[in-house]
Amino acid sequence: MKHILAILVENKPGALTRISGLFSRRGFNIDNIAVGETITPGIARMTITVEGSETVIEQVIKQLHKLVNVIKVSNLSNEPAVTRELMLIKVRAETGSRSDIQQIVETFRGKVVDVSPDSMIIEVTGNDDKLEAIKLLLDNFGIKEIVRTGKVALLRGSRVTREA
Amino acid sequence: MILAALEKEGVELVFGFPGGAVLPLYDTLYDAPLKHLLVRHEQAAVHAADGYARVTGKPGVVFATSGPGATNLVTGIANAYMDSVPLVLITGQVASQFIGTDAFQEADITGITLPITKHNYLVKSAEELPGILSEAFYIASSGRRGPVLIDIPKDVFDQEAYFDYNTECHIPGYNPTYTGHAGQISRAVKAIRDARRPVIFGGGGLIRSGASSVLRQLAEKARIPVILSLMGLGAYPGDGELFLGMPGMHGSVTANYALTEADLIVATGVRFDDRVTGKLETFAQNAKIIHIDIDPAEIGKNVVIDIPIVGDVRQVLEELLRKLKPGHTAKWLKQIETWQNKYPIPIGSSNPGGALKPQFVIRELSRLSDEDTIVATDVGQHQMWSAQHFAVRKPNAFLTSGGLGTMGYGFPAAIGARLAAPENRVICITGDGSFQMNIQELATVVNNKLDMTIALINNGSLGMVRQWQDIFFDKRYSHTTLKGSPDFVKVAEAYGARALRATTNEEATAAIEEAFATKGPVLIDFVVDPEENVYPMVAPNRPINEIITGGDY
Ligand SMILES: Cc1ncc(C[n+]2csc(CCOP(=O)(O)OP(=O)(O)O)c2C)c(N)n1
Ligand SMILES: [Mg+2]
Repeated sequence: MKHILAILVENKPGALTRISGLFSRRGFNIDNIAVGETITPGIARMTITVEGSETVIEQVIKQLHKLVNVIKVSNLSNEPAVTRELMLIKVRAETGSRSDIQQIVETFRGKVVDVSPDSMIIEVTGNDDKLEAIKLLLDNFGIKEIVRTGKVALLRGSRVTREA
Repeated sequence: MILAALEKEGVELVFGFPGGAVLPLYDTLYDAPLKHLLVRHEQAAVHAADGYARVTGKPGVVFATSGPGATNLVTGIANAYMDSVPLVLITGQVASQFIGTDAFQEADITGITLPITKHNYLVKSAEELPGILSEAFYIASSGRRGPVLIDIPKDVFDQEAYFDYNTECHIPGYNPTYTGHAGQISRAVKAIRDARRPVIFGGGGLIRSGASSVLRQLAEKARIPVILSLMGLGAYPGDGELFLGMPGMHGSVTANYALTEADLIVATGVRFDDRVTGKLETFAQNAKIIHIDIDPAEIGKNVVIDIPIVGDVRQVLEELLRKLKPGHTAKWLKQIETWQNKYPIPIGSSNPGGALKPQFVIRELSRLSDEDTIVATDVGQHQMWSAQHFAVRKPNAFLTSGGLGTMGYGFPAAIGARLAAPENRVICITGDGSFQMNIQELATVVNNKLDMTIALINNGSLGMVRQWQDIFFDKRYSHTTLKGSPDFVKVAEAYGARALRATTNEEATAAIEEAFATKGPVLIDFVVDPEENVYPMVAPNRPINEIITGGDY
């Protein structure tokens, strides 16, 4: 099963290396990682999607806690949470197919962010299912390149994942 | 500034080896009161600091230079990390402006040691130093102990900064749990009360947390037999009435049978290493397991736990002791006694030629030692014979490389022990292979007149590997015969140490008596039966009650 972990970490040199090193060293599989600042200066938040059984995830969380720079680890998969990822897709787009592509993009509430004579870049945000769906549809036109940010997630409601 | 911080931390002795990047640091040592032991290889500095830390319970401190000096520490750091030994290692680094340029003697030691330190630091400026040093000491010596490395660029040594040192520090992401959960402790008390076939299985955590005496009281009050892992030896007296020996691959038959038949295992400060559990699926199938450990990540890592208790082993055992009543274990203890009588540890194979047996040597060393003797072992057959036949009677008195199994550990660790406990007898039990991995430290012991007995169990081979070739590789002894070893007596003498040789039982006893009566380092070359193997033995990844016994009792 896939789990989404929110990790609050002191933004110190090497902190991210420690975390990614821990995953590879202990044989845990990371699907994706996203990192960014939080509202507290000096503290970054990593969102890591990791594949594994309950026991594996428990071990992952405990090992993460052992890292001195890690302040908090929460497993957001067990709670109602909003999960999003942003994807940019460069798709082949001759003049004839542009309006078809446009229509798909609108259906998925995406955006065309760049157009050139034979290609377009589409920006789309969503959960896994949505991103997979649009990918599948655009594949008919020929996808040239894809880049994804990795998932980010927040708990629903007023609860927050904070350092204390 | 660094020396001032060390003084605040109560450091009396550092182990090290100088070089370009630490010239400024060594210059401050020149006329400082702080003592420094110069070794002959940086690996020995770490192992010596490790031995010192195990005996004193305080962090061992090491200095080394950048590049090769720092990389020479790596094995020692990994060793300390695996065995949870508190160390603070200070390495020099090339000057800040050269970092990342492949400068002369540059090595990314914080990168290299990331997976084998509890934490590490690359210092950017002298202002950071006091904070980092106090954090390093705090992290190394609290929670689950471990090595912490501080890498200091050469120019930072020369910078001046305001020195405001606080030995107390607060680290947001670091809060070890010391007190066990009351509800879990009550469950444990009930489980122990209800058990009919309980065993205590203890490890290095007992020793690090100073839990030996409470363990002893608890075992004796509740009448529960005690099994100790290699790292736990000494936490309960090796000749104590409830002691069953070590479990696992070269454990006693009784310990392995007891773990297999137990209905309750009280695991304290252990990590269920594969050398202990054998095949995991068959380990302790009949038992409920209580696991007490300071490191939550150890609980449930290898074995499913029924009652987890995160906390300091000593505090939790004290709680348990308060609440426990004498148990109903008489029948179980009878059963155990039957096993003990039937399956003692073998003292060697039959021996018509009369060659000296390594087991005999260890037993004599044990018999002639007092209870305060500290033993440091190397790695191999002699290590296992030491664990089986030397009755370790006190905690911190058996220093051995458990987790990493580092050949070369024993001799420098004995040096650390010698300096940590000036009153105690120190014996290094080593092998002809292991000794050659740090033999250069003969210079250190001679130069500093360090009083110790080096008991070299010389079987002419890398015995433990040879034993596996014997049993699992059809006696194809690929590269395990040590041809070309020196005459160890002459080598020791060349360094200026006394040395003796023993080839028979009588000579062995006489040599030990003589060495113990001599001040200063004495090496004894025990030329032993090269065919001798360590038994009992459980093959790797087999159930621990599937035991190959061998030899005579
Ligand atoms: C640094 C290192 N290299 C290799 C090994 C593998 N190894 C384990 S025991 C052993 C043999 C040790 O020989 P010796 O010190 O003579 O001890 P003996 O087994 O003969 O008593 C070897 C090579 C090891 N543990 N450590
Ligand atoms: Mg040998």
